Amino acid sequence: MPIFGTALLALCLLTGLGLGRLIGAALGLDADIGGVGLAMILLIVLGDGLKRRGLFLGPEESGVTYWGQMYVPIVVAMAASQNVRGAIGGGAVALFAGLLVVLLSFGLVGLLAKSKGNSEDPS
Amino acid sequence: MKMLESLLMKNGLLTAFAVVGLAMLLAQGLSRLSRGRLHGSAIAIALGLIGAALAGGNNGLADLPLLSGLGLMGGSMLRDLAIVATAQGVRLQEFARSGWIGALSLALGLVISFVSGVLVALAFGYRDAVSLTTLGAGAATYIVGPVTGAALGASSEIMALSIATGLVKAIAVMMATPFLAPFIGLNNPRAAMIFGGLMGTNSGVMAGLAATDPKLVPYGAMTATFYTGLGCLLGPSLFFMIIRSLCPT
Repeated sequence: MPIFGTALLALCLLTGLGLGRLIGAALGLDADIGGVGLAMILLIVLGDGLKRRGLFLGPEESGVTYWGQMYVPIVVAMAASQNVRGAIGGGAVALFAGLLVVLLSFGLVGLLAKSKGNSEDPS
Repeated sequence: MKMLESLLMKNGLLTAFAVVGLAMLLAQGLSRLSRGRLHGSAIAIALGLIGAALAGGNNGLADLPLLSGLGLMGGSMLRDLAIVATAQGVRLQEFARSGWIGALSLALGLVISFVSGVLVALAFGYRDAVSLTTLGAGAATYIVGPVTGAALGASSEIMALSIATGLVKAIAVMMATPFLAPFIGLNNPRAAMIFGGLMGTNSGVMAGLAATDPKLVPYGAMTATFYTGLGCLLGPSLFFMIIRSLCPT
């Protein structure tokens, strides 16, 4: 049943957010430290384990896949509900930071891609 | 008319689903007009930001009573749920296949984005650790930024800026890749994996590679998939710690 997949997803996220809070508290911060990332690791590990035991099949998986495919629309809704007008004054930061990082990264791709140290064919 | 209005308001989340669906449809159409050079998802996010700018207010379009459901749909609960769900189907064996160069490009890509984002933010006068970390994370992707910002309690303006930073990056990658590919040796699977790990922005990498050589898309996607997850893990933890120790205010 799809709800089992969604329930697993929700439990992973709750656990991750809880752990993130605990780590934050341990560091004396009122913040969630890495919770979403921890939840992703949990989902990968648990999903893989359950799949190997044959407990996480198509229908269960679809309860997770649906939410994964909703991610761009949800990001659109998130973007639409931010204080963009307040941010426009600082818009140049976004432009400069976004372009600078792309410029640097393209340079590095060139350096790494042409490096000869490792010629193993991945395909 | 009044009845319709109260119907849409009472079912805010459903209204939000319908409105975002229409925005995605419009974005897909615009993407086709650009002959696929601009990925539909980037256009849709840009539409969202523009809508929020036009509406003004602390919560963008979600401040309009009719569209208040956008706040729930794009709020931290559903957003985190959807982002974690994208980790499903990630195969660690796949990553191992890309070898050390995949891991190296991923690590370098995150560090470079983060550092350049923080440096630009510093240059523009931001000094508090939460804002700096959120803007640095936004230079990774438009997901890592707001996830980091929400975890650390950043303000909505900073969140909007970090989404915009990630969006500028994604669009720049989409547009520039086909032109720069010949100069950086981006014409084989290994280079595509390096490219995916360094750029990280999924929509940018996929659209950029598709416009360069569609055969390279899966290789770039292979490493880029890990980027956002790793960024969400490191942004509000390791990177925040480093920034906080550097600027304690």
